[in-house]
Amino acid sequence: MAEFQPKIVAFVCNWCTYAGADLTGTSRIKYAPEVRMIRLPCTGRIDFMLLIQAFGQGADGVIVSGCHPGDCHYTAGNFHARRRWIVFRRLLDFLGIDLRRVHFAWVSAAEGAKWAELVNDVADQIRKLGPYQAFPKRLERRSESVGAG
Amino acid sequence: MQQLHSKARQLLESGAVKVVIGYARGSDPQRARPCFVRRPDQADQLIWDDRCQQNLATYLLKPEVKSLGKPAVVVGLPGLRTILQYAAENQLADQAVLALTVSDHDQVAELTTFDAIEKYLATRPSGLIPEQAEELARLARLPPEQRWAFWSAELARCVKCYACRAACPLCYCARCIVEVNQPQWIPVASDPLGNLEWNIVRAMHLAGRCVDCGSCAQACPENIRIDLLNRVLAQEVEAQFGARPGLSVRKDYALATFRPDDKEDFIR
Repeated sequence: MAEFQPKIVAFVCNWCTYAGADLTGTSRIKYAPEVRMIRLPCTGRIDFMLLIQAFGQGADGVIVSGCHPGDCHYTAGNFHARRRWIVFRRLLDFLGIDLRRVHFAWVSAAEGAKWAELVNDVADQIRKLGPYQAFPKRLERRSESVGAG
Repeated sequence: MQQLHSKARQLLESGAVKVVIGYARGSDPQRARPCFVRRPDQADQLIWDDRCQQNLATYLLKPEVKSLGKPAVVVGLPGLRTILQYAAENQLADQAVLALTVSDHDQVAELTTFDAIEKYLATRPSGLIPEQAEELARLARLPPEQRWAFWSAELARCVKCYACRAACPLCYCARCIVEVNQPQWIPVASDPLGNLEWNIVRAMHLAGRCVDCGSCAQACPENIRIDLLNRVLAQEVEAQFGARPGLSVRKDYALATFRPDDKEDFIR
């Protein structure tokens, strides 16, 4: 049987982590290919719903990453995000959602190596955990399952 | 009750308020229903007893109620906290509403200003009672899989009637995220993911704002313990950021502000 290949969705900010991941690539650092990156303006823009939607659409793990505190392109977006994550994580935990599948990080535009290390580590963990079967999945749209008309 | 009747009658007769929002006998003996008294001779309909649980402050922001003129509202402690939270969120002007509270000895206190409500609340107990805190702790002690099983079973019963939203004083957005359908954030049908999403959104949008009146859980036709989600987040917001919504008119919504030294232990 083929080895389980997790789906990992990374929500990253435009200014730090996305540039950091770019640096990982241009530095020719090889890292786990299971990550799908979604670029957003700022961690402050990353609505908690996006994480839930990712899991609902089949993600086995989620990474959220942006500028280090004090480095936000918009001055304070990541400070606001941090408060939201603190609260959101408590809610996820209280609901019994697997916190080992939700990872948060600060990765700056200069930290190409840290990004590779982070993704590799998360991918390893999720590979060991296996697919996130307990999480409910998005119902298929009727038009897709039944056919148009 | 005598005191409440005469107070309501007097307020309406003098023209100090145009409507008294209170409780009246419901359609069956177990229930009380909201009642909008607009004429002095109707004041005798008002009741006050253990059945009067629903948070009537919820009506203060409804356009159809606002159009009636200045209201007086019969409230308990959660209702008073609601009024202060409305003030903190710029939804209510000072002295735009008159709060009537009935004490155990049937005495009616009339609170006309935010300042008076703040002072009144400062003398009363607030926060979780020990049984509520223990209930949260008991769930938190379970292994995550069992918590997940508990909540899966609870939320599976959700029929997306949004009675929790209608009953909640702080769910007052003119356009709620569940009505947004391009894109559709939360599916209309009752399905496991959609039910989870709705209840997560509801809890998160109330984090740092919920005044713990419990009206959401009372309104739920399936008796889902959604009040627990609000309480656990209230506990977290207080523990992490020291915020206690509903006790003052200060604008300090915990999730709209930050400290550069906010503490966490999970971000790498």
